[in-house]
This record gives sequence, structure tokens and C-alpha cells, in this order.
Amino acid sequence: MRVHAAFIPILGMAAATETSSAAPLQDALHAYGIQAWHIGRLWNFTLGLCALVFTAIVAVTLVALWRAPRSDARTPPDLSSLERPERRIHRTVAWAAGIATLGLLALLAADVFTSRALGRLPLQDAVNIELIGHQWWWEARYLDPDSSRQFVTANELHIPVGRPVIVTLRSDDVIHTLWVPNLHGKRDMIPGRTATLQFRADQPGTYRGQCAEFCGLEHAMMALLVEAEPNAQYEAWAARQRQPAPAPAAGPAGDAARRGHDLFLAKSCARCHTINGTGATAALGPDLTHLAGRKTIGAGMLPNDGSHLASWILDPQTLKPGVYMPVNPMRPDELHDLLAYLETLK
Amino acid sequence: MSAAQDHKPQDPALLDVKGLPTFGFGHRSPMWWGTMGLVAIESTVFALAIMSYFYLRSHAGAWPMSGLPPDLLWGTVNTGIMVGSMIPNHFAKRAAERLDLPKVRLWMTVCMLVSVAFLTVRVFEFKTLNTHWDSDAYGSIVWMLMGLHTTHLITDAYDSLVLTVLMFTGPLEGKRFVDVSENAGYWYFVVLSWIPIYAVIYWGARI
Amino acid sequence: MTAPHLSPEDAAQLEQTWRDPPGIHGWFSAINHKTISLRFMITTFVFFVLGGLLALAIRLQLAGPDGKVVGADMYNQLFTMHGSTMMFLFAVPVMQAVATYLVPLMIGARSVAFPRMNAFAYWIFTLGGMMLFLAFFLNLGPDAGWFAYVPLSSLQYSPTKRVDIWAQMITFTEMAGLMEAIVLITTILKMRAPGMTLNRMPLFVWAILATSFMVLFSMPAVMLASTALITDRLVNTQLFNPLKGGDALLWQHLFWFFGHPEVYMIFIPPLGFISSIVATFSRRPIVGYPAMVLAVVATAFLAFGLWVHHMFATNLPELGKTFFTAASLMIAIPTALQIFCWIATLWTGRINLRTPLLFVLAFFVILLAGGLTGLMLASVSLDTQLHDSHFVVAHLHYVLMGGAVFPLFGAFYYWFPKFSGRMLNESLGRWNFWLFFIGFNLAFFPLHVLGLQGMPRRVYTYPASMEWGTLNFLSTVGAFMIAVSILLFIINVLRSRRHGEPAGNDPWGAGTLEWSMPSPPPAGNFEMVPVVHARDPLWEPARLPSHVSGLANDYREILVTSVADAKLDHRLWLPSSSLAPFATALATTVLFVGSIFTPWAVVWAAVPVAIGATWWFWPKKDIVEQRTGSEVSPYEVQQ
Repeated sequence: MRVHAAFIPILGMAAATETSSAAPLQDALHAYGIQAWHIGRLWNFTLGLCALVFTAIVAVTLVALWRAPRSDARTPPDLSSLERPERRIHRTVAWAAGIATLGLLALLAADVFTSRALGRLPLQDAVNIELIGHQWWWEARYLDPDSSRQFVTANELHIPVGRPVIVTLRSDDVIHTLWVPNLHGKRDMIPGRTATLQFRADQPGTYRGQCAEFCGLEHAMMALLVEAEPNAQYEAWAARQRQPAPAPAAGPAGDAARRGHDLFLAKSCARCHTINGTGATAALGPDLTHLAGRKTIGAGMLPNDGSHLASWILDPQTLKPGVYMPVNPMRPDELHDLLAYLETLK
Repeated sequence: MSAAQDHKPQDPALLDVKGLPTFGFGHRSPMWWGTMGLVAIESTVFALAIMSYFYLRSHAGAWPMSGLPPDLLWGTVNTGIMVGSMIPNHFAKRAAERLDLPKVRLWMTVCMLVSVAFLTVRVFEFKTLNTHWDSDAYGSIVWMLMGLHTTHLITDAYDSLVLTVLMFTGPLEGKRFVDVSENAGYWYFVVLSWIPIYAVIYWGARI
Repeated sequence: MTAPHLSPEDAAQLEQTWRDPPGIHGWFSAINHKTISLRFMITTFVFFVLGGLLALAIRLQLAGPDGKVVGADMYNQLFTMHGSTMMFLFAVPVMQAVATYLVPLMIGARSVAFPRMNAFAYWIFTLGGMMLFLAFFLNLGPDAGWFAYVPLSSLQYSPTKRVDIWAQMITFTEMAGLMEAIVLITTILKMRAPGMTLNRMPLFVWAILATSFMVLFSMPAVMLASTALITDRLVNTQLFNPLKGGDALLWQHLFWFFGHPEVYMIFIPPLGFISSIVATFSRRPIVGYPAMVLAVVATAFLAFGLWVHHMFATNLPELGKTFFTAASLMIAIPTALQIFCWIATLWTGRINLRTPLLFVLAFFVILLAGGLTGLMLASVSLDTQLHDSHFVVAHLHYVLMGGAVFPLFGAFYYWFPKFSGRMLNESLGRWNFWLFFIGFNLAFFPLHVLGLQGMPRRVYTYPASMEWGTLNFLSTVGAFMIAVSILLFIINVLRSRRHGEPAGNDPWGAGTLEWSMPSPPPAGNFEMVPVVHARDPLWEPARLPSHVSGLANDYREILVTSVADAKLDHRLWLPSSSLAPFATALATTVLFVGSIFTPWAVVWAAVPVAIGATWWFWPKKDIVEQRTGSEVSPYEVQQ
């Protein structure tokens, strides 16, 4: 683990500690990672230059209007410009166009420098994630040269602070876009193509992202959480992710969970969802092996607590119409047991 | 125009146009510009379709994706027929520009007979493309190119037919000779635009 | 010196010749360019209002978090319909509509070239727009966005007919646009009054010429793309299916190759409006005419080299993207040059601050801001944050409304007296303007901030926790202010048509030819076609010869001149009216709508289209006999 030594000044907010009452972090103006920081610097420079140009041109226009004499429809037109060329005016216009060109060249240079900087992220010791877009959720496969260390999760990424992350982006259905603005710009996930995004979080925190390419009915409800945490915590999380689902506790304490486990396999759940260590291996929907460790469900839509999870399981169609998960009517006691089981999936 | 104006001495304020011709050939005619506009549009469509062919090819492992390239026979024969059709087409155009109605009738009829030939051979071309429009993107773009050009062959043949009939039945005026000339120009375009399309469809998968 | 006139009998005959035929039959067979153009302007304005109502629904839904005004499915139709309506049914067509009215008047012509094709273009456009809205009211409104990216718009992910309707609407509207472009190019190059060299053409006419050439080379791209989408959906071609060798980005390349020039086709005609209005209300010709012409032509060319900037978030090679950044920045230079020339004109002029000028001045604030945010988006790195967020929504409205809609309203206030013979009310005009200007900025400025704050576009709602509610609410208030301002405009038009101050020939003291005749112009535009000796013929002293004589008054005879120098070339008879354009448009509509449902429609519906087109072409015996009696062959005359 390495935290890169360069000091990363943050625009705006001091620390990324998020209290539950503060708005989730999802904005481009506060950079918590080096890539977003580079872009943020370019933004400041560009905004400054453009604001200057805007003010200058509006000011000149207003002055022109203020100082010119007034006329009406009967005022004879001034045709003197047809006789004598207006050299001074032409020169002024030429100079102004020249200055504008220089400004544009400055913007081009700034853009090129920023692109270069973005492409120079040191990639040693990177975490490799393959992110696959689906209508309307995110599948995340953490890659590793040792295939036994690979694992799959959904809708919530954990990454280590200070280590680079290389995300390979694919899609299984339509075009989606990964966008976590506090960390980096966005990249499209296009079926048939593979894209890459490289970034690094330099401050711990929870960063929210959203799909940014219209992908159908519930495009608005396709959010993603990125948890950036110190490397030791990240490694501990990854180690847990690699474990199969823990078996329910022995004895009566685990009875409800055991019944819930059986319900999961018997009902339609196992037709779409994987829980490692059980017979459920389908991959049509998010991997639920460690569901209980996630902050949200429904791709960032709802908090992951009992009552929301219950509503979601019973009737996701009311909460997120058109989602590919069907309604699952069941008796209250069945639901209770199922929830008890899902709670154990930490 | 009132008769009185014929007897007035030329007023220096007036620019008289009574003596101007009432039709004109080539780029003097608005019809030429309309035809050229259409040529610009259709050329752009063909160019973009050809670019799409190479774009898809650049992303493909094998090309054709499966199966064989189109058989060369009928396409090459038809290219010959179409290029050959430029000869009666040229004579029709020349006759029109000379206001020579009998020759216009003759050469337009020859053009129509040739068009029957190339439309018939076009059917055989489709049958020996060795791919289907829905088999894969290669098949789709080959059929798209063929379909676009064939639409032009059909519409060009039809409007030439209408014009040929008119030149026999009348009513005729000078402007119709301009129409024959412009139609011939469009015919040139339909034939000449075929050359790169032929090259792409028949040789694009062989090189 | 009094200008030459026709005798009253000849003038009356000329009017009779060019007037529309009466009755219902006459209404459908009318082809006078001003008649068609007014219908076209009204129809596009209706679509503008419909598109605006769709926008109000969008803003109501987004006014607060967790909106429940409409559901996701309706919302997705709303923004798709709004964008498609504004871009395909309003923005370019309205410019072509205004051009087909003004261009002949500005160049001293009695008509446009190909008047029946001009009428056909109007009908096919209107029928296509009607199809789209009929579909919407039948819950078949397209819902994949106004640019319908594949694979979302492919049959697998959009299984209903909605996207097919969208794709076919494109066919209707692009066919109309392409035909209008041919009409305008031919009119401008071949029908200018004698003496109106290219160097003396009004800047508005140059703008329309450049735009029309752009249409010819850009619209085929979207026609090809939408045809390919239709065939992928209807008969299973695989052009966009990555599993069978197709490519999702092929759609984007083809669409944006059209889509980027499209926005310049929307932007360049208003540059012509601005030149006309700034000149008249500064009481002087625009500074730097040659530079202005070159700037418009350069912009038209450069616009074709920018399209990949809509694809910066894809995995295209970075070096290629940088080229498009450079091009997207450089296109600002000719526009900047034009802005500086207009400011110089205002600076050295004598200002008449009336409503048309007010609307044009809004351009110098709103388009300027939009252009500058465009420079921000031109950078690949910045774009990766801003793309597909509400920042882009803000940018596009600043450039489209600041660059096109505000100048368009200025143009309406400026030329309404010419169209109708009456002035619009100046006081209502000012209310219209200020409500629009303030409402616009209130509606769209906050969207820049929302985009930077992470709000993506095309989202039907957002959670309260994101704290986006306040800015969204302000934006909704602004949207309603815009609606009120448009209502004021409509009231102004309806009242002024009957009770407005009579305008006379030239209420603004302008310099170009359209102001030389009464308002509204006589059916044949000019009693006698003028001979032109200057750029602003009404401002500069009259020279001889001043008018053309010898054109027929009893037939729709026009003068054809040479391309560069407008030297006399020949005369042509144009048709006076015909039902064929309307009938053929109906037949074509059957073909297009039928082919949404079955490919065989292309075959059987081609028959009535061919019949219509043949009937259209086939000459009428009595007219030909009249013509051959007075024909003059080019070989009889030494040219």
C-alpha cells in the first residue's frame, strides 16, 4: 500500500467525512482524487478566462449602445463607409479577433496539458475492477491475476485511498456511463466495446456516482456508491468479499435464517441472483453474497435496511417500475425469515 | 404587355428583356442546379454508405464475416452495360441540345432498352451476392449499398421513361429539351456513382 | 425622378397572375412562395408552442425532488418529443420558411425556383409532424431521446413502434429540408435581379446560401442513419448490432456528422437576421461585409469537422479527440469576428432602440454565454465532467435560444410589418422581450450549476437528499415566465393583425429590396423587377436603368440571371398552381407511414407516388401551346 506523496489541495469542502444529514457527494466542483483535481484546475482556468471575455464583450456592447447617438426610421443612413474604408475599425476588429485566437490557443494548450496529466497516473499496485453496465444496475468484478482471489459484487465499490484503480468498462445491453464526479470524469460503457477509466481517491469518503447515458426507463435510478477507505480497511473488505456467504448460526438462533436460505433457493430469487456457497449461481441480477454489507439497494435508490428491503423484495415494480425483478408475493412469516437470512450476508 | 409599349422609344430607366431566350441549357438552367443539388445529396449518401462499409470492415475479424464475397460475373456484366448506356445517353443529350427531336426520340428509346437490360441483370446480381441482409453487418451493408443504388436505377429509369413517352406524345416546348439534357446528366451520375460502389461491393472483400 | 410604373391595367393583371386561386381547391393547390412560407412559418410556430408545452411538463416534473407529476415512461416520451419537435419540426424548418418568404424579395425576384417543390416540402413536413404528434397522443411517442442512441433504440430494447415513428419522422422532415435547400440555392444563384452581383447580396441571403449547402451535405447522414435503424428494426439488418459485426458507435458517427452541422444550420440564418437588423437600427451598413461573408462560409465548412466532440466520453482514441477539440475551439474565430463587426457597427452607428434590436442584443449576452460554455465543452477533459449532465442542457439552450430563437423573434418583430402590413405593438414587444430574457436566464442559468453539482440529464426525478431542489424550482419558475412571454407575443400578433399601426412600405427606413414594395407585397412581389446597383439599394442613390421591362404580366414569367454577376440570361414560365404537390405528398405519406409497419409498403405505395409525380411533371397542352407561340430559343439570340 502506498499513499502518493503529492499534496492534493481540495477545492471547497475540507474533509470528506459524510454525515447522514449532508448531501451525498456527487459533484465535479470538489475533487477528492487526483484526476478530478486536474480537471478542476482546468475548469478554474477556463471559467476565469471565459468570464473575463464575457464581461469584456458585454461591457463593450453596452458602452456602444450608451454612447451612440439615437436615431429613428427617418434618420438618413450613414454611407460614408462606402467611400472611405474604415481602417481604424477594421484594425480594431482584427486585433480583437487576434486576441480571441490567442485565448483559444491558450485553452487548447491547457486542455492538452490536462489530458497529458490525466494519462500519467502512476498505475503500480492498482486495483483492477471490471464494471459491467446493466439496465439499471452495476456489476463489479474485482480482477486478480490469481483467479481464486477474484470476486463479484454490485452497485457499491470499495477502493483503497491512495492506490490507483483501473476500471474496465463494458455493457451487456445498452450504453451506460460511469460517472463519479468527485473522483474523475465519465466514460461510456458501450456494448461490443471495452473502455478504461483510471483514477485514484486521495481522501477517504463515500462518493456517489450515477449512470450518465440515457439507458431506458429507470435511467434516473441507476446510482453507484464508491467507498474510498484506508488500504488496510479495503483489504479487509476485499478478503470478506472473497469468502462465500457465512452459514446461518447453529441452533435456534439461526433457524429463521436457515428457513430464509431455503426460501431463497426455492422461490424465484435463485433464478437471477448468486449467493456464493449456496446453490444459487445465476447471474441475471446483482450478486447478493455480501448484500448485508452494502449501504443501499436498488442501485443506490433505497437505504439497505429491513423495511426498505422488505418493500423491495415484495414489489420492486412499484418502487422502480420496469425493473427486471418481478414482484415476489409471500407470507409475512416467509418474508421475515428471508430477511433474517439476508441479514447474515455480511 | 400592352401594345403601347412596343411603340415607345427605349426608356433609359428600363432594361428590356423581351428579346431574351425562354429556356437555356447546362448551368444556365435552374433545372441544372436542381439536378446538381440532387447529385450532391445522393453522392453524400453513397459516400457515407461506403465509409460505413470500411468502418464496419475495420472492426471485423473476417470480411466477409462468413461466406464468400459476391460473385463477379453479373456485377461486372452490369457495370459494362451501365457504362455502355452512357453512349446512347450522350447522344440523347447532344440531340436535345441541338433541339433535334427525331434523334432525341431515337436515343431515349435506346436508353430505355438498355435500362431494361441493366435492371434485369441487377436482379441476378442480388441473387449472387452470397450474403443476406440479415446475416451479419457485412451482409447488411452490402445489401444497403446495392439497395440504395438500385433505388436510383429504378427511379432514373422511370423518370427517363416518362420523359421518353412525352417526347413522342407531346405537348412539347423548348424547356423539354432542357429536361432531356438534365435527365441525361443525372443518368451519368447514376452510372458513374456505380463505379465506386461496384468496386466496394465486388472487390472490397477481395483486397 | 419618378420610378417607372406599370399601367394600372398591367399591374392588376400581374396581381391576378400571381395571386392564389380561390376556394378550397385553390387552398390546396396554391404555390405562391409567400403563401406557402406564411403557412410554413405558422406551422413551425405551432410546433414551437407544442414543444414548449412539453418543456413545461418536464419542468413541472423536475420542480421538486421525487416528482410525481408524470411517471418515468411519460417523462422519457416528453423529453424525446421536446427535443425532436424543437430540432426537427421547428429550428431548421422555421429558418427555411422565413427564407422562402424573404429571399425572393431581397434579391428582386418574383418567386422562388421550383415553386411546386417548395409547396411539396411544406406538405411533407407538416404531414410528418402531424404523424409524430398523433403517435404521441396514442401513447406511441418516441422515448429513446432525440438522438435515439443504439442499442437502446434497437428493436430488442425498444420493442414498440415508438422508435420507428421517430425514425420515419426524420425521413419526412429531412426530405422537406433537402428540397427547401435545393429551392433556396437555385433561387439565390439563378434568380437574382440584374446587377445584384454576389458582392451586392444582402448578408442574410449569404447566410441562407451557406446554410442550404450545409443541408445538402449533412442531412443525408441522418437519412442514412435513420434508414439503417429502420431496416435493423424492421427487416433485421445488423448494422448496429455488435453481436453480428455491427457497431453502436456507427450510429453516433452518422448521427453527429449530421447533428453538429445541424446546430450551425440553426445558428447561421439568425446571423443573417442580426446583420439585417443591426444595419437598419444603426443606420449604416454592417462593418466589414467581405469579412462577414467569409466568416459565414468558414463557419459552414468548419461545422463539418466537429462532430466527434459529441462522443468524447466514448473509447475513441485520445489523439483523435484532441483534433476535434482544436476544431471546436477554432470555429469560434469566425463567430467572434462577426460579433466584433456587429459591435463596431453599433459603436459607429446611430441607434434606434426598438424591439427588433432588443431581441438581437439578447444574442450578445445569451449566445455569448452559450458559446463560451461551448468552449468549455470543447475540452475533452472538461467534457468528461460536463457531458450528459444538466450543464449541457444549459449550454444547448443558451446557444439555440440565444443564437437562434431570440434573433428569430427580432426577425418577427422586424418583418411582421412586411408580411402583414401592420406594426406589432412596441410596448407589448418590450414586455415580451424582458419577460423572455429574464425568464430564459432564470430557467437555464441554474442548470449550469446543477450539472456541476452532478445532476445528469434525462432523469425523470432526483432524490431530495441531493439538494438539487431549489435550483430546479427556480428553473421551473423561469420556464413559466418564458411561457407567459410567448403568450404575450401571440396576443401581440393576433391584435396587431387587425389593429396594428399600418406599416407602409418601409417603416424602419431599411436599405434592402424587400422594403421597396407595399406591405404586404403584391402577389408578384415587384410591379417591375428592379435593376440593382448597390448593396443597400434603398439607401444609395438610384441609378439607371432602374427597372426591367418586357416580362409578361399575363403569365408567371421570371428572369434567370447568371450566377456570379447576375447578368441577364433568359426568361422562364413558372406554374401558377397545382394540386400535384399536395396529392403527391399524401401518397408519399402513405408510403412512409406504411413502411413503419411493413417493408412491402415501399413497393405498393410507390405506385401512387409515381402517379402523383408523373401528373406533377406532365405539361398541360393549352399552356404549352401558349408558350410555343412566344418561345425564343437560345440559338436565335446571340448571347
